[in-house]
Amino acid sequence: MDVVVCVKQIPDPADPGELNPDTKTLKRDTKLILDESDSYGVEMALQLVDAAGSGEVRLVSMTPGGETGGLRTALAMGAESAILVSDEALAGSDSLSTAKVLAAAIKRSNPDLILTATESSDGYTGTVPEQVAEILGLPSVTFGKEVSVDGEQATIKRQTESGYDVVDCPLPAVISVTAGVVEPRYPSFKGIMAAKNKPVEELDLAALGIDPTTVGWAGARQEITEIADAAAREAGEVIVDEGEAHERIMAFLDDLKVL
Amino acid sequence: MGFAKIWVHGEASDGVVASITLELLAKARELADSVEVVIAGDADSVAAELGDHGASVVHSIGSLDNGLAGPRIASAIADACSQGSGPDVLLCGTTYDGRDVAGRLSAKLDTPVITNVVDLKPDGDRLLGHEPVFGGTKDVFTGTTVEGLDIFVVRPKSFVAESTGGGPASVSTLQVGDLGNTGTAVVKDQFVEESSGPRLDEANIVVSGGRGLGEPEKYEMIEKLASLVKGAPGASRAVVDAGWVPYSYQVGQTGKVVKPTVYLACGISGATQHLVGMKGSANIIAINKDEEAPIFGIADLGIVGDVHKVLPKLIEALEAQ
Repeated sequence: MDVVVCVKQIPDPADPGELNPDTKTLKRDTKLILDESDSYGVEMALQLVDAAGSGEVRLVSMTPGGETGGLRTALAMGAESAILVSDEALAGSDSLSTAKVLAAAIKRSNPDLILTATESSDGYTGTVPEQVAEILGLPSVTFGKEVSVDGEQATIKRQTESGYDVVDCPLPAVISVTAGVVEPRYPSFKGIMAAKNKPVEELDLAALGIDPTTVGWAGARQEITEIADAAAREAGEVIVDEGEAHERIMAFLDDLKVL
Repeated sequence: MGFAKIWVHGEASDGVVASITLELLAKARELADSVEVVIAGDADSVAAELGDHGASVVHSIGSLDNGLAGPRIASAIADACSQGSGPDVLLCGTTYDGRDVAGRLSAKLDTPVITNVVDLKPDGDRLLGHEPVFGGTKDVFTGTTVEGLDIFVVRPKSFVAESTGGGPASVSTLQVGDLGNTGTAVVKDQFVEESSGPRLDEANIVVSGGRGLGEPEKYEMIEKLASLVKGAPGASRAVVDAGWVPYSYQVGQTGKVVKPTVYLACGISGATQHLVGMKGSANIIAINKDEEAPIFGIADLGIVGDVHKVLPKLIEALEAQ
């Protein structure tokens, strides 16, 4: 079974970045790392391929600037290869443009299953998995917390407001998985060394047959009209616990009459 | 563009309309002349409540027959749009199904979708979505630049649901066309996880735990506390990523946005990712042993202390009440 995992390389969340005042998009001049949200999909793909006994895990990613640091992390975990769509014209892409590019790259490897995170940690629109599925004409199950595959069908425990649904879905399909559902392996030293030589196929938009004016800035059909500082919240009373802090909390709750 | 006719993606279970749907109706009513709902399932059982909250028509796609809502509702709306009977604006909630509908529909109609919206405002003949970014330190306003349907995905608790005293909405059937392979997933079984309290995004009190709890077993203190105050337990992303509790517990930028009367953060340092999900709470209490923790910068009552010492005593005090 061949699995494609869509992964995003993002600026380190510990370094929150800023908006470019001219273009009103994220400045991306820092080193990119693998979005931690995607490490769960990578791990799940590795486990599913293991369980199937054959097949491989391939990564699909896009970035305007050709970075591969985050991809190498996922390759070090055990993915076999990667397709990186890299093109300056991708800068400024919204979620639908992103989905169009990812879908075109996914088509090239014709996988049995496409795994994604539920949302990226930096843009968190949470719509790309469904957009990819629709463009590819595939069924999808989002917010998966457990995935198993039996032949031509996947069974997914899908998060719901009150618990979870058990959903059967014929393959090929797009499945998004939530964080924390599997424990992503740490890349071994051997894995890290092997990742350096794993194939990363770099494609530009022309190679995918995508008109550059339909993605990125040129294709963006939404605009930010205004950026403002948000109202800040003030700090209140801070006390050091000397064994009686619970009483202060009780008094606070009592005052609010919420008990 | 234009927003004379707004449709709200309606969600309901067992004849009870979800709070997010009523919240969206309240805002839609303020903005548009005509407010309607598109919904799956038994529309007749919710037409009165939806009408009471300002919907004039409920477009019903009927039973899902164990299929998923996303592709079906998106397909029905797309067909309505192509026949000229669709809305100018669609509002979906940031929910499991709401995101599915918005994503599917955006790709179907080849139109952008504006997400993480916490408010909407008119800008000439279009609507702008207000989104907090950078951990809620900046607000941006975003609108589309193309003709056709505008899709917004709106966070729960952005608006206050309000009854209008209106009569029942009329129910009209909306056909779902051929879905091809996109509709082939089938729900085989549904499990309700044991939860005695209110929903996380509707609770009056939220008690959240973070990495400061040290180990997964200690999360039980959070559940115990939440149950004692009739609130809902929540968690930081770190704890969800570590697999202690499911994603549905996560409060933050990725996860749920909550605005309870009281938010009690236990062992949570207050990464921007978390703060954006809870800083709209009316009152915030934080317990953390690091006096430099950013959570104290927004807490009304900050306790510099060890959650392992403070929480057992707090539980005891609440039990004694």
